[in-house]
Order: sequence, then C-alpha cells, then structure tokens
Amino acid sequence: MIDRMKGQFAQLGHGFIDGLWRVGSMTRFFVLVLSASGTSFQRMRLVRREIYFVGVLSFVIIAVSGLFVGMVLGLQGYETLQRYGATESIGMLVALSLVRELGPVVAALLFASRAGSAITAEIGLMKATEQLTAMDMMAVSPMARVVAPRFWAGVISMPLLAAIFSAMGVFGGYLVGVVLIGVDAGAFWAQMQAAVDVRYDVLNGVIKSIVFGIAVCVIATFEGFDAPPTAEGVSGATTRTVVSSALTILALDLVLTAFMLRAGD
Amino acid sequence: MPADNLVDIDSVNFGYGRRPVLKGVTMRVPKGSVVAIMGGSGCGKTTLLRLIGGQLKPSAGSVTIAGEAVHKLDADGLYALRRKMSMLFQFGALFTDLSVFENVAFPLREHTSLPERQIRDLVLLKLEAVGLRGAHHLMPSEMSGGMARRVALARALVLDPMLVLYDEPFAGLDPISLAVVGQLVRKLNDALGATSIVVSHDVVECLQIVDYVYFMAEGRIVAQGTPDEMRRTEDPLVRQFIHGETHGPVPFHVPTRGYAEDVGLGRLLGGSGD
Amino acid sequence: MERTTIDIWVGAFVAVGFAALLILALKVGNIGGEGQRDAYKVEARFDNIGGLKVRAPVKSAGVVVGRVQDVHFDNDRFQASVTLALDKRFAFPKDTTASILTSGLLGEVYIGLDAGGDDKKLANGDRIVITQSAVVLERLIGQFLFQKASEEPAKKEPAKK
Repeated sequence: MIDRMKGQFAQLGHGFIDGLWRVGSMTRFFVLVLSASGTSFQRMRLVRREIYFVGVLSFVIIAVSGLFVGMVLGLQGYETLQRYGATESIGMLVALSLVRELGPVVAALLFASRAGSAITAEIGLMKATEQLTAMDMMAVSPMARVVAPRFWAGVISMPLLAAIFSAMGVFGGYLVGVVLIGVDAGAFWAQMQAAVDVRYDVLNGVIKSIVFGIAVCVIATFEGFDAPPTAEGVSGATTRTVVSSALTILALDLVLTAFMLRAGD
Repeated sequence: MPADNLVDIDSVNFGYGRRPVLKGVTMRVPKGSVVAIMGGSGCGKTTLLRLIGGQLKPSAGSVTIAGEAVHKLDADGLYALRRKMSMLFQFGALFTDLSVFENVAFPLREHTSLPERQIRDLVLLKLEAVGLRGAHHLMPSEMSGGMARRVALARALVLDPMLVLYDEPFAGLDPISLAVVGQLVRKLNDALGATSIVVSHDVVECLQIVDYVYFMAEGRIVAQGTPDEMRRTEDPLVRQFIHGETHGPVPFHVPTRGYAEDVGLGRLLGGSGD
Repeated sequence: MERTTIDIWVGAFVAVGFAALLILALKVGNIGGEGQRDAYKVEARFDNIGGLKVRAPVKSAGVVVGRVQDVHFDNDRFQASVTLALDKRFAFPKDTTASILTSGLLGEVYIGLDAGGDDKKLANGDRIVITQSAVVLERLIGQFLFQKASEEPAKKEPAKK
C-alpha cells in the first residue's frame, strides 16, 4: 500500500520533471529556430513553399468552419437576444465573439490539427529516414533548411487564417441574421460597427493569432524534431502536437484575454 | 603521422551513457583507397562512422581528417569540413519531397551559386555515372531501393568530395543491385580520386571492392589486412564472419544474467514475498 | 508541383487573408468612423460618473461623436475628471451640457452632449462646465422612500391633534 503510494508519487514527480524538461528544451529549441531564421529569410522561396502547405491547404477547412460557426452564432444569438427584444444586436454579438475569441482560438485549434500535425509528421518522418542527418552531413543545417521555413510559414499563415475565419463567420452570421431571419441589415452592420473597436478588438485578435501561431509552430516543429525515429515515435509525436497545442492555445488565450481586458479598461 | 593518410583515428574511446561502444580504436585510411569496416551488428562500426563525420565526439583519443581534428572543430568549422566529404546512408536518405534531379542538385544549390544550366549539366553527368539519367524526373517514392541507393550515391558525389563515408550501402539490396552499387563505389572512387570508407557486414561484396579491411567486434578492432589476407586468415573470428557460421567466438546470446535467475528460479531460492 | 503554381496559390492566399483583415477593419470594425480620426480633447468634471468606462461612446442626439479617453479622480475637488476625445468634424458650443446617461435600464453607460447656444465653440483642452452626474438608482430609490416617509407624518400629524 505504502509502496504503491510511493510509486505514484514517484510517477508524479517523474512526470513533473519530464514536463519541465520538455518546456525547457522547447524554449531552447525556439531560440535555435530564431537564430537559424536569418538564412531562411534570404530564401523566401522555401517559406513560400511551406506557406502553400500549411496555409493554402488549411484554407478550405478554416473558411468552411468559420462560415458554420458564424451561422450557429447567429442562430443561437438570435434565440437568446429575442427574449430581450434586442435582435438587432446580433451583428455585434457575432462579430465580437468571432473577432475577440472564436476567430483566433478556433482557427488556431483547426490549424494545429491540420497543419501542426502535418509539420510534426513530416519532420519526424524526415528524421526517421535519416534525411535530417543526411542534410546535416551535407553541411546544410536542418534547423535553417527544414525547421525555420515551416515555423515562419506557420507564423505568417496563422493571423491570415484567423482573419479569414472571422470574416467568413461574420458573413455566416449575416446570412442567418439578415437573409434568413430578417434582421434589418442596417441595424446589423451599425450595431456591429459601433461595438467593434479596430484597435482593441480586431488588432488584439490579430495579436492573439500571431501568438497562437508561434506556439503551435514551436510545438509542431519541436515534436517532429524530437520524435523517436520510429513509426510509433512519429505517430506519438503527432498526437502530442495536437494535444499540447490545444492546451497551450487555450491557456495562452486565458492569459492574453486577461491582459487585454485589463489594458482596455 | 604520415602525410598520405587522409583519415587518422587514434585510440578512440566512446560510449553512449555508461555503456562503452568503442574501446581504443586505431585506424588509418590512406588517400585514394577504399577501406571497409566490417563486423557484426552492434559492434560499433556505425558509431565509428559517425565519429568520423563529426556527428559524435570521442570521449578519448582523436579523429583527424586531412590534418584537422574533427572533434575539436566548432559548428562552422565542422560544416566547412563536411563540404569536402559526404555520406551515403543505409537507405539512401533521399529527400522525399524533392525529385531525383532536385535531390542530386541539392548540395549544388545549397553550396554553390552556379547558373541553372551548369547545375543541370552537373546533375545529369552524375546521374549518367550511376546509370539513372533517364529517371531524373521521378520522385524517390517511385523508385526501387537499389535505384534510390544509386541516386543517393550520385548526390553524395555531386560536389566531388575528398572523402565518402558509406553506411551499409549494400543493406537490403538484391544481388544484382548489390553488385552494381559495389562496382559503382569502387569505380567512382577511382575516377574522382576520392577516398572511401565503407561500413558493411556484406563480406563477399566488400572483399571484392576494397583495398583494406578492418574487422571489429565489441568495440575493438580484432583483425585487419588486405582482402586476400583476410580470406586466408586462420583467425577464428574472421573465419566465422566470412563463412557465416553461427558458432564461434562471436556469441549468439546477448550477455546477460543467468538463465535460471531470469526465469525465476533465483526467486524460489530466495523466497521473497509479494 | 510547379514552383509557379505554388507561388500563385500562395499569392492568392495571402491576398485573401489581407482582404479578410481589411474587411474586419473596415466593414466590421468601421475604422473609417470615429476614434481613429483626428480628435480634439475636452475635459468634463462630474460628481459621480456611475459605471462610465474608458472607451464609452460620447453621443449627441443619439449619434456617436467621440469616445471617453480617460477617467481619473481629481483629489483636489473630489470629483471625477473625464477626458473626452471628440471627432474634429463636430464642433460644439462652449455652453454644451455633458450628462452621464444609460441606454435603457441596464444598457451601457455613455456621455450625452446637449448643445447650448453660445457662438464660441469648444476647442482642444477646453472644459465643459455644465455637467450632469449619473443617476444612481439606489440613491433615487432612497430619495423616493425618504420623500414618502417625510410625507406620511405630515399627513398623519394633523389627524392626531
């Protein structure tokens, strides 16, 4: 009994130390990526190529999800606002929820599962098939040639994807609110425009999505780079990317929101 | 140290954690030769190759290539040295997202600023040398293992390196591809005036193409000589290896504690509770 | 895939992304409206600002003409000092009244401006002299009860005599 408890405590301690170690090495990895980024900006071709893979190929899922989320927000918002006779505020409700929270957060979650997992799997597979070692032996730094372009492509794509998500969402809200339910279009836009502040809402949303982009890309590239060079290793790393990205996004969102609300007051 | 040795390995020790892998390995590779490092799986020959490539650092001893101590170089110095050498990996390690042409062109694009025409000429020249000029548009996934190995060979040689390291170049190849790759290693080494180190456990093929052989077992060099000497040797370990006998100095079992202890007989005697 | 095809797709993607940002800024956030334009600042002091927050709208005749830029407590006068950023397009007479209002019973708190009749206009750094503080609901109810209570004895007392 005591032995078992001891074992559990040992496991807890082990898990904690392991987690701490991962965070530390991830931070170190992040610094390495940044220091290797100089050369990858000289060759934007590589970054462009990766933007295609992480950005363009995520476009459809992001745009469609944004549309659906916006439509659901419209329906649910109407349902609630109707009780208070404030259905014109539906534009405000849809836009504020999207621009401040749902746009950056949901887009980042989708991005992590679509592009982040792909980045991890790709880098992990390159490592497993010794492509990274081969590159290193050719005196080409895998950090600069493989990791940094993917990292920056993700960081550039993320705010654009979040903006596309929010814009599509607002359009979805408009479809449901104005076209389907028949809220006055003028009131819809006017309420929205009166409530949404470009600096405090739109810009903060963009800042959030950039931070999420950095977080997801660091996690995804690190997990790929760190993956054991086996099939199970790569698949495990891919799962870890999605799980820890999601948790990190939500935790960062809480922190950022708290900061931004305080700054806004 | 004689000047005609390109690679000089002097009583090198190395270990992963507390487990020693190499114990006082000394080895010389003369310029222009093809040298094989042979031995059973896990005897430390791939580790030795990594030490030469500078991926690992010895815990004692020195690795010198063309007068430069590999283990003392910083990252930039190491990269400068690696531009003059290349490594062929066990399964080719071709970049799966690039075509055959781009794979071979990769070192050129990274390290030179040659115009596109010249890159094209060089790449096709090397592909011609390995007999795959007609496959330049294929992707690595569309090729057999033997073809991939030849493409990797072309890629390894595209910058005309002074030293080429081969990590198990014959693993997993059919007899014909094996012979083709083996002959290519020899021919290209002589044609380019390079020096090659081949790590392999394919005795028959190796003895045909190399100038000198080192046999390794348990982290030590146990025998060395020219292929003819090796074929004639009476050394039981080398004989076992060359003729593929299961019983001999190389044990079949991984060293461990006693069998009786492992299956629980020890516990019966000790009588410990749950 | 061909390099040019990738470039075209990436170009299109970046263009769509920036278009989305622009839509958010212009159509959703109305960057062309108040706030970002040139503004002039005027000050107003209130005895009580109720729940007024920074960035609350300043409205005149129901139209947003500016935003509350700063709220702080004036320790000399024991009053709240509010800085308003008003849109340069709108000029108000010097004797304009500023009042703290609430839209609806539970709605947002904003500042309403009622123009006076002065020929001189408010300029940057001026102060709005006539202000009307927030109506505090508790105080209102308290006043009402007090009034009722003081009325009752007045009615009853003659009957006792």
